[in-house]
Amino acid sequence: MDVTIPILILAIPLFMFILLGLLGMKMSHRLAGILGTLGMGTVLVLSYTTAFTYFFSGAPEFINAAGERLQYVVFNQTWLAFTDKLVIRLGFLLDPISAMMLVVITTISFMVHLYSMGYMRDHHGVFEHGFQRFYAFLSLFSFSMLGLVVATNIFQMYIFWELVGASSYLLIGFYYTKPSAVSASKKAFIVTRFADLGFLIGILVLSYYAGTFNFTDLTSVPVEGMAGVFQVNEGTAEGIRALIAAHPAPVFMGGSVLTWALVLIFMGGMGKSAMMPLHIWLPDAMEGPTPVSALIHAATMVVAGVYLVARLFPLYLMEEASLQIITVVGALTAFYAAMVACVQIDIKRVLAFSTISQIAFMMVSLGVARPEFHHGLGYMASMFHLFTHAMFKALLFLGAGALIHAIGSNDYTAMHGLRKYMPITHWTFLIGCLAIAGIIPFSGFFSKDEILSSCLGYSWVAYLWMSLVAGLTAFYMFRLYFLIFWWKEHKVHEGHHAPHDQPWTMSLPLIILAAVSCVAGFIPFGNFVTWNGHAYDFMAHFDWSVAAVSLAVAIIAIAIAAKMYMRENTLPAKLKNALPALWDWCYHRFYWDELYMFITHKIIFNGICRPLAWFDRQIIDGTMDAFATVTNKASDAIKPLQSGQIQMYVWWYLIGALLLGSITVLCLI
Amino acid sequence: MDYSQFLAMKQEIALLVVFLLVFLYDTFMPKQTQKGLPAFTAVLMLIATAAGFCCHCLGSACDVTAFAGMYQTSAIIAAIKGILNIGVVIVLIQSIKWANSEAMTMRRGEFYELLLVTLFGMYLMISARHFLLFIIGLESASLPLAAMVALDKNRYESHEAAVKYILTAVFSSAIFMLGLSFVYGLTGSLYFETIYFTLSTKLSVMLVAAIAFVIAGIGFKLSLVPFHLWTADVYQGAPTSVTSYLSVISKGATAFAFLVVMAQVFGSAYCRVWEWMLYVLIIITITVGNLFAIRQRNMKRFLAFSSISQAGYIMLGVIAFNAMGVAALMYYVLVYIFSNLAAFGVIGAIENATGKVSMDDYRGLSKTNPRLAFCMMLAMFSLAGIPPFAGFFSKFFIFTGAINQGSVAIYVLVLIALINTIISLYYYLLVVKAMYIAEEECTIARFKSACSERLGLIITVAGILLLGIVSCCYSSLLDLTSVSQMQMYFIH
Repeated sequence: MDVTIPILILAIPLFMFILLGLLGMKMSHRLAGILGTLGMGTVLVLSYTTAFTYFFSGAPEFINAAGERLQYVVFNQTWLAFTDKLVIRLGFLLDPISAMMLVVITTISFMVHLYSMGYMRDHHGVFEHGFQRFYAFLSLFSFSMLGLVVATNIFQMYIFWELVGASSYLLIGFYYTKPSAVSASKKAFIVTRFADLGFLIGILVLSYYAGTFNFTDLTSVPVEGMAGVFQVNEGTAEGIRALIAAHPAPVFMGGSVLTWALVLIFMGGMGKSAMMPLHIWLPDAMEGPTPVSALIHAATMVVAGVYLVARLFPLYLMEEASLQIITVVGALTAFYAAMVACVQIDIKRVLAFSTISQIAFMMVSLGVARPEFHHGLGYMASMFHLFTHAMFKALLFLGAGALIHAIGSNDYTAMHGLRKYMPITHWTFLIGCLAIAGIIPFSGFFSKDEILSSCLGYSWVAYLWMSLVAGLTAFYMFRLYFLIFWWKEHKVHEGHHAPHDQPWTMSLPLIILAAVSCVAGFIPFGNFVTWNGHAYDFMAHFDWSVAAVSLAVAIIAIAIAAKMYMRENTLPAKLKNALPALWDWCYHRFYWDELYMFITHKIIFNGICRPLAWFDRQIIDGTMDAFATVTNKASDAIKPLQSGQIQMYVWWYLIGALLLGSITVLCLI
Repeated sequence: MDYSQFLAMKQEIALLVVFLLVFLYDTFMPKQTQKGLPAFTAVLMLIATAAGFCCHCLGSACDVTAFAGMYQTSAIIAAIKGILNIGVVIVLIQSIKWANSEAMTMRRGEFYELLLVTLFGMYLMISARHFLLFIIGLESASLPLAAMVALDKNRYESHEAAVKYILTAVFSSAIFMLGLSFVYGLTGSLYFETIYFTLSTKLSVMLVAAIAFVIAGIGFKLSLVPFHLWTADVYQGAPTSVTSYLSVISKGATAFAFLVVMAQVFGSAYCRVWEWMLYVLIIITITVGNLFAIRQRNMKRFLAFSSISQAGYIMLGVIAFNAMGVAALMYYVLVYIFSNLAAFGVIGAIENATGKVSMDDYRGLSKTNPRLAFCMMLAMFSLAGIPPFAGFFSKFFIFTGAINQGSVAIYVLVLIALINTIISLYYYLLVVKAMYIAEEECTIARFKSACSERLGLIITVAGILLLGIVSCCYSSLLDLTSVSQMQMYFIH
């Protein structure tokens, strides 16, 4: 495969970032927006071409005679060569999941670029301050995210991982004059950075024992029954074999090296994907502009953790314990976030918790995936859900953005009964809700059903638990939907200030994403993305009993939501009064933030930071101050040397030359 | 006599041609075209520089000796001359505005002719393999400079500086030649090579004195402490263009010549007492230069002391006594040319527009003249050695080169040098602080600098930003040194 297109896929967003970042202020808002959107559009076309070539060309480097999809390294340049073994490369890896991610990222990113042209201006059509900067950051984000998914080695992934974090920080804090946005961006950065510390340690541990950073080497583990994708580089996998051979030996706190490395790497994924207990940054990240929430905090960046686990999945398979941890963390997070989402007032917060919950679904799905059960169905289901979720969640966020744009508030209390005023938004939002609730034939139904099937294959506890969460999902999404579009008719909406649908730049992405959400479920995903590259026809194995149960759960949940919220009534208030403690805990997100506040402010600040600050002020600064004082004194003392008198100059010269000679003679001869 | 020997002196001949053309232009062109002289010189010099690099590329990389071994050139010597040429081109560009000012009308030609003559002297110094030629080079690189320092005829300080310069220069030449006479007495020859081999018998008091005097004589031009006392007064008194020339070109050329003398004359193992002398000199040069720089309020004086301590760092490349040290020294000179000329470019531009040279006047400069302040900041960062600017890499390489020498004493020396970089960071950042953090209203009003000044700044800033990142600069210098004849001397 030619390297031009892959290089362009990375180079164009980077170039756009530099161009808009440096020259953005010199060009008009509109031009900057159009340039950014066109750049992204080009990348979209190129990525689609690449993915299409990968999946459909049937070239021998992509798919072998047995019909297994292969990992293909388009290029892999040495970037930093520290030693012969310790080499960091930058490259472009094409395999089923990276090709899929190329499609997801560029689609959503392009939609968001287009959408922001309409969103990032006020009601008079005036562009917001910093509009060019916004597009520059969007380009930076797209570049980093694309670089992350096509990484050929775990270190490249880490580099782009951090870049993604940095651009997320910049975009959350886009309204930097708003204190809440500033603190939200800091929170997101610090929490994810903290998680990345674990990631980094995990990388170092893993690569130390495996002797390689490369994914192709790391994942080409010769486990029985595994063929295809993960055995491309058969000859270069000694390191990882050595690791396997040695891994019972170094044990630390009851876990083998591999377990520790994988759990630490998963910790990085927990940070980015907002798994409990590192989820606290994501709801606050909603302070950023809504298109950013749609792109970064719903569709792409937050699934990086899932992608990371999927990328290293063959390694995780070797450690049952690490997969169990993933399952448990995912299951708890999914339930927790769904509970919290049921009582939030801010519509973006509801969507944020819903995102956390859905990502947890994907994590659970990876955690329960086993080759024994339906050829690793969970892996495929997870990736499928990632794909469909990206589409419908971006749709929901962009719809929420349209509502916020029209109403000027994030609270559903200011909305109610908007279905007549904003029909496009209403219908597309409804499609999004149906998709996420898992109603046939919308995309979420299929992917969620696969996940539940694979849970059932793992254990019935997991299945029941996740079904419960699926029911909660349908409930809170329709609660949101009814409260926004039904409940009661607002009087203030009458008159010429009535909210109305948005310009085409905002409607078009909504309609496209809604259309995708309607049909994406019928994509034969198993033909494209499976954990070992073998095509897997899931429709042939479709478990109709699971599907019927989950459909029934969803419909019941929707019915309850309709009963409670379709018309204005006192049922929600009664329920709240009946269970005050539960409501309170949910509303305050189970007091996680308060717990963190307590730990950081009371324990860490007092116990660690104060002594450090004292040491810094007294000892380090004191040393430096003393150093400075001595320097100043010395400087004063030698001042007379520079008297300005030429006689003195020559004297010093002579004395210097003579001393130089005589001292040397005395010392050495 | 074999006249084809002159062909070895390609770069000298090119310079001579430039000189003659400038001279003819100055003498015979009508008065109204005289204002074109500075630009004319700059362009000619640029062509000569480019030609020098081309010739160097086309010619062989091996060493060529001419005039019975008195003169030598090689790839590495051509490279250092090329580096100096680049610096001279920048100085010439920066001097255009000043040279075309009213006060300079009568002396414009002199400035350029004298400058080219001193450059010629430096070429000879670098290429000389016989002390007679070396002295001719040294003197013709020194004496015309006194006249250049005095060019600002209407300023009292300019005269004072010139007098101080010439008196110290003459005195140092006397000491230097005294040292040479000792050497001649010991060996009966002034050829570098002969001295090198003749001296390899025993170390005498006479020899130590000779080495000390030679170091003192050359140390004067490098302004090593304690032979530096003229520096501040002369830098302050001289016109800014002359100061910048003095501080980078003269210093760079002498540093390389010093390296050649130390390696090829006193390089034999037992002769290397100079390493200890230099060891002490480096420590006091860096430290004293820094300590004085802290106190200065006049920008030119400030840079004078900063350049003294920079000379100490450059000398680390000599004491390293290996190929890496040589390459690092040349690279340091190259980077130093760009960094220091950026600083002098800003100072010159401000001085030409407002006549102000005090650091106090620079307070709040970022508000009135943000671009100049930015250039100055980059220059300061580079001089202080902050990554990713070129100055960081030059310091890094010169320290690495020194450490590769391997003795414990060198580690201590590098440690002291490192501590001194902290002090230097302090005073370089003082300038940045004055420009960016001071709240006061700036006394320097917003002004538009001349095209030539801007061009000079663009070139220097580009150098500061790129030289460090484009790694081939240093590595190609290292390749050149590794194959040069000088490598032979390091083996001993």
